[in-house]
Amino acid sequence: MALIEFTKRGIYCKQGNFYVDPWWPVDYAVTTHGHSDHVRFGNKYYLCHTLTKPIIKRRISEDLNVETLEYGESITRNGVNISFFPAGHIIGSAQVRLEYKGEICVISGDYKIEDDGITTPFEPVKCHSFVSESTFGLPVYKWQKQEIVFKGIKNWVNDNINQQKTSVLIAYSLGKAQRLIKNLAGDTPIYVHNSIANLNEVIIEAGVHLPKTIRITPETTKDELQKGIVIVPPAMRDSRWIKNLSHPVTGICSGWMQVRAHRRWQSADAGFALSDHADWPGLMEAITATGAEKVYVTHGFTAAFSRFLNDEGIEAAEVLTRFGQEDDEENKVDLAEQNENK
Amino acid sequence: MKRFAKLIQQLELSNKTNDKIAALVDYFNYADDKDKVWVIALFTGKKPKRPIKSALLKYWAIEITQTPEWLFAESYANVGDLSETIALLLPPAENTSDFQLHKWIEDLHDLEGKDDETKKDFILNAWNKLETQERFIFNKLISGNFRIGVSNKMLVNALAKQSSLDSAQIMHSIMGKWNPYEITFHELINGIHVNTDNSWPYPFCLAYALEQEPEKLGDIAEWQAEWKWDGIRGQIVKRNGELFIWSRGEELVTEQFPELHFMIDVLPDGVVLDGEILAVQDKQVLSFSTLQQRLNRKTISKKQLDDAPIVFFVYDILEYEAQDFREEPLSIRRHTLEQLIGDLDESPVMISPIINCSSWEELADLRQTSRSINSEGIMLKKLSSHYHSGRKRGDWWKWKINPYTVDAVMIYAQKGSGRRANFFTDYTFAVRDGENLVTIAKAYSGLTDKEIKEVNAFVNRNAIEKFGPVRTVKPELVFEIAFEGIAESKRHKAGLALRFPRILRWRKDKKADEINTLEDLRQLLQSTL
Ligand SMILES: [Zn+2]
Ligand SMILES: [Zn+2]
Repeated sequence: MALIEFTKRGIYCKQGNFYVDPWWPVDYAVTTHGHSDHVRFGNKYYLCHTLTKPIIKRRISEDLNVETLEYGESITRNGVNISFFPAGHIIGSAQVRLEYKGEICVISGDYKIEDDGITTPFEPVKCHSFVSESTFGLPVYKWQKQEIVFKGIKNWVNDNINQQKTSVLIAYSLGKAQRLIKNLAGDTPIYVHNSIANLNEVIIEAGVHLPKTIRITPETTKDELQKGIVIVPPAMRDSRWIKNLSHPVTGICSGWMQVRAHRRWQSADAGFALSDHADWPGLMEAITATGAEKVYVTHGFTAAFSRFLNDEGIEAAEVLTRFGQEDDEENKVDLAEQNENK
Repeated sequence: MKRFAKLIQQLELSNKTNDKIAALVDYFNYADDKDKVWVIALFTGKKPKRPIKSALLKYWAIEITQTPEWLFAESYANVGDLSETIALLLPPAENTSDFQLHKWIEDLHDLEGKDDETKKDFILNAWNKLETQERFIFNKLISGNFRIGVSNKMLVNALAKQSSLDSAQIMHSIMGKWNPYEITFHELINGIHVNTDNSWPYPFCLAYALEQEPEKLGDIAEWQAEWKWDGIRGQIVKRNGELFIWSRGEELVTEQFPELHFMIDVLPDGVVLDGEILAVQDKQVLSFSTLQQRLNRKTISKKQLDDAPIVFFVYDILEYEAQDFREEPLSIRRHTLEQLIGDLDESPVMISPIINCSSWEELADLRQTSRSINSEGIMLKKLSSHYHSGRKRGDWWKWKINPYTVDAVMIYAQKGSGRRANFFTDYTFAVRDGENLVTIAKAYSGLTDKEIKEVNAFVNRNAIEKFGPVRTVKPELVFEIAFEGIAESKRHKAGLALRFPRILRWRKDKKADEINTLEDLRQLLQSTL
């Protein structure tokens, strides 16, 4: 009997009687990482990585009942052994390894292969079945090394400063923002939006070293911001606040920026293809390394990616999930929806 | 090529006209002269020699990357552009190249007539020394268009700014006939070629839509009112014994309209007329769909000439006695026009009639009758106005009648192309026919980005069936569709087709059982016949 099944509440392990990243409230939710499409309000207990705990408490509620594991640590629930391995996606992101009577299944949540300098790098885990995302599961998505992308961002910022423009980078508060801060830190001061500053506090408190940033307050002057780097979450994108800065130019950091159509669709002034998800070669590399006989493809280009795997001789199935909407705006909608349905 | 690649990127990313012009000026300041000529050629739709079919490019890319054909197709569907898909799929280049744009174009030109092996070697070698963005441009040179939101006007403004020459003069020069392989940048922008070229047309003067009350325009006596027609805007040019017909797409269409060739004997040399080509029978203007039978054809049969006879409605005279006449006021131009061809009554060339009205109210009433003569409304032109290049606010207005509308429900959705490749933006709509829904129109989104995202989420959650890229969705979302006309159609199941359908707004307040019926549309059709 398979170790996991896909139910309308989410990925379910019957033998252990728990869910992984469920989207409806359950008793016991094993949580891969703190993004809103993977962890939701209303579960009785949560099990997540040590670093994810303060993040979800801050983002969802201080009252959550949370148990934690370090990478490589394990606990057993109803005879099912649960352990965590680094997914390299964002701080605290974990692949969940389940073992029961010699059968091993790994649910990877979201992952990327490249070491981003701040997240514990991805580690492949041998297993029989593997649950993979495919956010960028098309061969046109191949990332450049992050050094090259960051060099591009730094050049863009310097040009802007010289031309009296204010550089505003749009990035998810959790994950992308910290990656930018870590890799852009230097002589140019970095100013961050409240929501990012709040998360940074929690992350630093949990023991992660983050370079110094400045929280934007009503007292911060336009002049200061013009000479620095401003990082704000996607929800701020079309805000009046940005429009009122001195000659603002926006840059979006996302894997989608690889493709012109998306760049133009986003109507930003600059696009940088920088992603916390694996690119096509990364997905292939990860899946090959697991040695899995069966792959379940969750969010992204599920149809194309699973067809390709099948053609390559790796049995793969497309599954419908509610992962894949890490937008800060969507986040609010989802929470509201969930409260309604309680 | 690097400089050009950077220009394209800047143009694609900036949303503001001024930024685009600044990027162009910057480019024209520093780029190689031969490259500049090519950039003007490419942006105005002149294509370099293309000795390689795009199917071959695709085939070679598939071969060297060992991508299955279907996966290439999926990638293409996501990226929305063939040249870009290939550029992204290829492995990173192992070398770099400082070759200039015009060198690549010339080398491509030299491939003409070579065998496929030689061509393939050349292409693979090129791909291996170009970065992704350069590769994309290289592929575009062979197989695509540079549609990047740079209008001729914008290009001309940038050139005028950079060269300090007169923009109207530059517009003439680049709209004329010239060969980018031969002309120099200096010759091109100074218009050395146009004086010896008999064919060149003038830039069309275009009107803005009137959004205010016409009373605000002042005394009606200062205005000339004409019907607004929906045909093909064109110019008839007669110089040095030669006749040319241009369409608004800046294409020469002389051969497509033999009915107008008699003008070579009527017009004196040095005359340019602005007007509209319309399908007309027994003095009645027919619908645009009739005219359509005459468009984009290499040869015209006797039957097509009989079925869709055309008339050239003359609006204006731009050149007279070989002199640029555009600075004369409209009243003088109109008078000259009447003197020149006022007696051509029974021929396929007639002067667009003036609507005589003594008050705006009277004109407003007449405007309501536009549809009965297949007109789209009224054109208002100030009698003292010059003939401007392009669009200019104030002197010419189009006062269109409101479109027809129908409430319909969305039943299919399909992903868009280009910048909307990842969103469901092309929708098919249906009205009720008894118990059934019957398709009446397909429309691209006229929605805001936010609404598109919402519809997109709805489609993702409510797709009933997949047919390739098309999703059948639950008939739930109601939209108000505007359209300009309605015609019988045997090709459509509904037996009728809407002209220029577009989404006016999302009717979130309406349920699917409140939409219009096919009977409603049939009645409308009857009333317009
Ligand atoms: Zn995530
Ligand atoms: Zn995810």
